[in-house]
Amino acid sequence: MTNAQHGSAAGETLPPNGAVPTKAIKAIKLRHPWRTFFAIVIILIAALFIYDAGFNRPAYDWASVGKYVFDVRVIGAAFNTLQLTVYSMIIGIILGIILAVMRLSPNPIFKSVAWVYLWTFRGTPVYVQLVFWGLLAVIYQSIDIGLPFMHPWISFKTTAALNAFTLAVIGLALNEAAYMAEIVRAGILSVDKGQEEASKALGMSWGQTMNRITIPQAMRIIIPPTGNDVISMLKTTSLVTAVPYAFDLYTRTRDIASETFNPIPLLIVASIWYLFFTSILMIGQYYLEKRYARGTGMQIERRGKRKFVREVAPRD
Amino acid sequence: MTDVMVRAEGVVKKFGTNTVLRDISLEVKRGEVMCLIGPSGSGKSTFLRCINHLESVSGGRLFVEDDLIGYRQKGDKIYELSPKEAAEQRRDIGMVFQKFNLFPHMTALENVIEAPIRVKKVSKAAATARGKELLERVGLGDKFDSYPAHLSGGQQQRVAIARALAMEPKLMLFDEPTSALDPELVGEVLDVMKELAKSGMTMIVVTHEMGFAREVADSLVFMDGGVVVEAGDPRTVLANPQHERTQAFLSKVL
Repeated sequence: MTNAQHGSAAGETLPPNGAVPTKAIKAIKLRHPWRTFFAIVIILIAALFIYDAGFNRPAYDWASVGKYVFDVRVIGAAFNTLQLTVYSMIIGIILGIILAVMRLSPNPIFKSVAWVYLWTFRGTPVYVQLVFWGLLAVIYQSIDIGLPFMHPWISFKTTAALNAFTLAVIGLALNEAAYMAEIVRAGILSVDKGQEEASKALGMSWGQTMNRITIPQAMRIIIPPTGNDVISMLKTTSLVTAVPYAFDLYTRTRDIASETFNPIPLLIVASIWYLFFTSILMIGQYYLEKRYARGTGMQIERRGKRKFVREVAPRD
Repeated sequence: MTDVMVRAEGVVKKFGTNTVLRDISLEVKRGEVMCLIGPSGSGKSTFLRCINHLESVSGGRLFVEDDLIGYRQKGDKIYELSPKEAAEQRRDIGMVFQKFNLFPHMTALENVIEAPIRVKKVSKAAATARGKELLERVGLGDKFDSYPAHLSGGQQQRVAIARALAMEPKLMLFDEPTSALDPELVGEVLDVMKELAKSGMTMIVVTHEMGFAREVADSLVFMDGGVVVEAGDPRTVLANPQHERTQAFLSKVL
């Protein structure tokens, strides 16, 4: 149809192949009036809520929030929570990788051991496990190292060797390992089989293939759920009161609140610290994900420039 | 040093109850280029994969330069090789895959230098110099720092050839190297392979490129149903196939 119209305009010269000369399209942007409307409504509701919370609700007791948020005891507890998270995640990730590799190995003994481990630690609540770890000293009064049925070489009392903090880390880490194992296994399985074959064909060993080829590619799949687990762990540490370990962020603020008979501001204090840590973790995760996106076409090019080509208008 | 590079004696390969290779016997001489052709499912790729022990042989004997592949024979007892010993056998056998299988998280150059550094313990500087040389040889002197995702299929396959050559193999296996390529990219890969054949490399090529077989191969083997149906000089076999199954196959592809 267009051609016919052009044809009638006798003076106009078309390129020999009949193509219409390219001109950038200047389109009027599609408008979204409802979006704007709802945005305004939501902002109004939020503003009302904040105003109300700030001036009409004495139970929030913002003065106490300000007073306790940098309290030495709270800061110490926040640091303890961070330590619990970091230690149990590090141990959990290492154990998880070992378990995942065991589950994928051709060795039937490794496979069954890993399976039983997962069955136990995923099948029982972490809270129950933590209580159990707390009672370890009741079940096993001493830890002996040596041969069975012989006098032990070294022996020490359980309560002396393992304090509540250590038991909390052990409990959280062993539980986490079971979940990490599944994350790592999914990541490894997501790597194309051809990668392992190519690596084998080059004479690389199983270990070299895992380290250099499979795991780096699996990382892209592993990192997002792991980041999720780190954040989840940060919050799960509030359960260590089951051990009982009393110096983590939640338990400590609860104890302070039980002295002041004023729980709400201390809940807010604890939440502020949890949010602060999770925000930092999210930033870290963002950079890790970018690091392992190499070669997928989504990454920043080596030399620096971001390659987002948006073709709105055809190029001349 | 023997003149025979690969010797198959009655090779059998079974997957469960499914017999894929029945009694394959053939010889590839040093410097020879052999093309394996045949319909899909004829076992040609499986045979190729047996040569570097990506699949283990279930019967018969397969030798590369007098090394029994995948096993060690002592008297009349046969022992499986450990993964480490199998890896050592594979080092000198290069393989190029239909789907390239480049390592996507490494640049072209990193792909090429990875195995020499890790397996042969070549210094990084030496491996890099050699890697650049090889990439230039396959016509990719300007793509050292490109990731596979930014290369065309033909370029990726040429990187894959360079990667295999970096291990200085005595034998190169090509598993349908041009089957996953757009038609206009097939030529650039075949050119690299022709050049490699001229340089005296021993090559076994599973292919559907009859033109390549006619021009470059020293021998042609037609497989069907897990057996060698016909073998001989490529020009003779292609022009004047003796067996009716060969005739039927060639009439479809030529």
